[in-house]
Amino acid sequence: MDVTKPDLSLGALLFNWPAAEVRDFYFRIADEADVDVVYFGEAVCAKRRPFIAPYFEEIITRLQAGGKRVILSSLQLVMDRKDMAAVADMVAMADDFLVEANDMAACSLLGGRTFAIGPSVNVYNEATLRFFEKEGAVRVSLNAELPEASLRALAAAATAHLEVQVFGRIPLAISARCFHARAHRLAKSGCQYVCEQDRDGLTVDTLDGQPFLAINGLQTLSHRYLNLLGEMPKLQEIGIRGFRLSPHTADMVQVADLYRGRLDGRIGGQEANARLAALVPAAAFANGFFHDVAGLAEISA
Amino acid sequence: MKKLELVCPAGTPAALRAAVDAGADAVYMGFRDETNARNFPGLNFSREELAEGLDYAHARGAMVFLAVNTYARAGDDAAWRAAIRSASELKVDALILADVGLLDHARETCPGLRLHLSVQASASNAEAINFHARRFGVQRVVLPRVLTVADIARLNKEIDIETEVFAFGGMCPMAEGRCTLSSYVTGKSPNRNGVCSPASHVDYVDEGASLASRLGGFTINRFGAGEQAGYPTLCKGRFSAGSEAGYLFEEPTSLDTSAILPELMAAGVTALKIEGRQRSKAYVKQVVSEFRRAIDAAAEGNRVALDMKGLSEGQQNTTGAYAKKWM
Repeated sequence: MDVTKPDLSLGALLFNWPAAEVRDFYFRIADEADVDVVYFGEAVCAKRRPFIAPYFEEIITRLQAGGKRVILSSLQLVMDRKDMAAVADMVAMADDFLVEANDMAACSLLGGRTFAIGPSVNVYNEATLRFFEKEGAVRVSLNAELPEASLRALAAAATAHLEVQVFGRIPLAISARCFHARAHRLAKSGCQYVCEQDRDGLTVDTLDGQPFLAINGLQTLSHRYLNLLGEMPKLQEIGIRGFRLSPHTADMVQVADLYRGRLDGRIGGQEANARLAALVPAAAFANGFFHDVAGLAEISA
Repeated sequence: MKKLELVCPAGTPAALRAAVDAGADAVYMGFRDETNARNFPGLNFSREELAEGLDYAHARGAMVFLAVNTYARAGDDAAWRAAIRSASELKVDALILADVGLLDHARETCPGLRLHLSVQASASNAEAINFHARRFGVQRVVLPRVLTVADIARLNKEIDIETEVFAFGGMCPMAEGRCTLSSYVTGKSPNRNGVCSPASHVDYVDEGASLASRLGGFTINRFGAGEQAGYPTLCKGRFSAGSEAGYLFEEPTSLDTSAILPELMAAGVTALKIEGRQRSKAYVKQVVSEFRRAIDAAAEGNRVALDMKGLSEGQQNTTGAYAKKWM
């Protein structure tokens, strides 16, 4: 992989959309979206996998035909045999695809070959980065909570292609407990897949009615959408090479176009922000983590 | 079956002595800086205090574990490396680490030092645990609070190192080491700063008929006149998600495994960990004494009812993820 050339990627879809919608979404991405890399695979809940499995091959084939590099994302939290089987299924394809490890189990299984590391594996410092590079990591997507100073130090030390999320709700936590099921007063084992009802996650309000967080099955995300359009020139300057968009119901083809324009220096920060706000009118934005303050803060870059 | 080992919190030298005197098999603590996950004002140990604590514990047959269980800062990891060097020089009985870079460094620079894998490493499956054992020589894993007793029993058959499980005290509903909720709201996180929902960002607002507890300006809970106002730990607050407001993530409960010790023994668990380095000496003394009694009884095949009155958060207890119904 050329680690010096910046690329735009689409992270794995984190939400539980009906399988046919997932297929149609990726078909459109394959055909129309100006992204270099597409991560694909269930990262949140192993119970969702059987629904999408029948479309797996078609989706990957179509993405490749569309000129996208496909990276397979594995599960974030691996607790039981069902979870482990889900990871093993992805690792089994590591001869043909780069696989993104999102748990140390996958790092273990993938060690010795080239692989990618996802944001839920903690790479907070150069020593950790160096360890995983020796293991074979060629692409590392960093945790969104890392501030500029950490990104700068990591980029200065990296031989791998370092990536940060620049768009979409931020994954903040993962649990054994399903909060969607709990919100619906259901047991996890009888969840009725209620997470399917919320295509961008279910809004969590404070007692004052302030939107605060969003839940997605086992996962808790920010309510605000991460937006680092303003910071992209700085990120490039310090050596970040991957720019990751997290999928939402917003028009991701247009979102990708906007970020591409920004990456190529064709669109200024202010204009880009205005266009993003028009594309995702219901969203509030945040960029605080990069600026080493509360993640939900919105700082003018 | 081997008797369960009782591992107890020592937020201060006084708590260390209280825990050892009350029958702890081991105590754990951190240095007074960002290198450990209870980086709270007024807590933790200097190098001199740790040396004295080691003497006190060793003279009474107890072990001392040092937690260096936050993630080292990029470009500035001197404090973490210094903590590891001190652990080796002071000859702690085990060093508890989470960060892969630090594990690698400790293995290289202090080959004789016994390493435990912190709960903050979130190693929740045999593959991940065996990886840490193989690559860094880790000899014990503190299991994430995401596994049922049946999961733990299965896991212990698939790994060659010891397991330590949380037995009593505060409980995170999230996989630890993978949670940035606190930094999203306050800018301070468990992984980077060793704090969660820090007191510096907490305020209580008297609203007349009610009292609101807030974190970073967000209302985390609201209490009526008759209700005990709890600390606004983010994931233990009341929120609404398209429905009636309630404890969406977790009730303000404490973990209590005292009723399932025989099951944990049968699952192959080596050690029980009591949470609470931020707790008082009196709390430590009472919990450690009670668990000492429970462990000794369990070793004889008995169960005892413990006197934990006034010790549990929100006065409620749960066995958490150890029972599947929690999930």
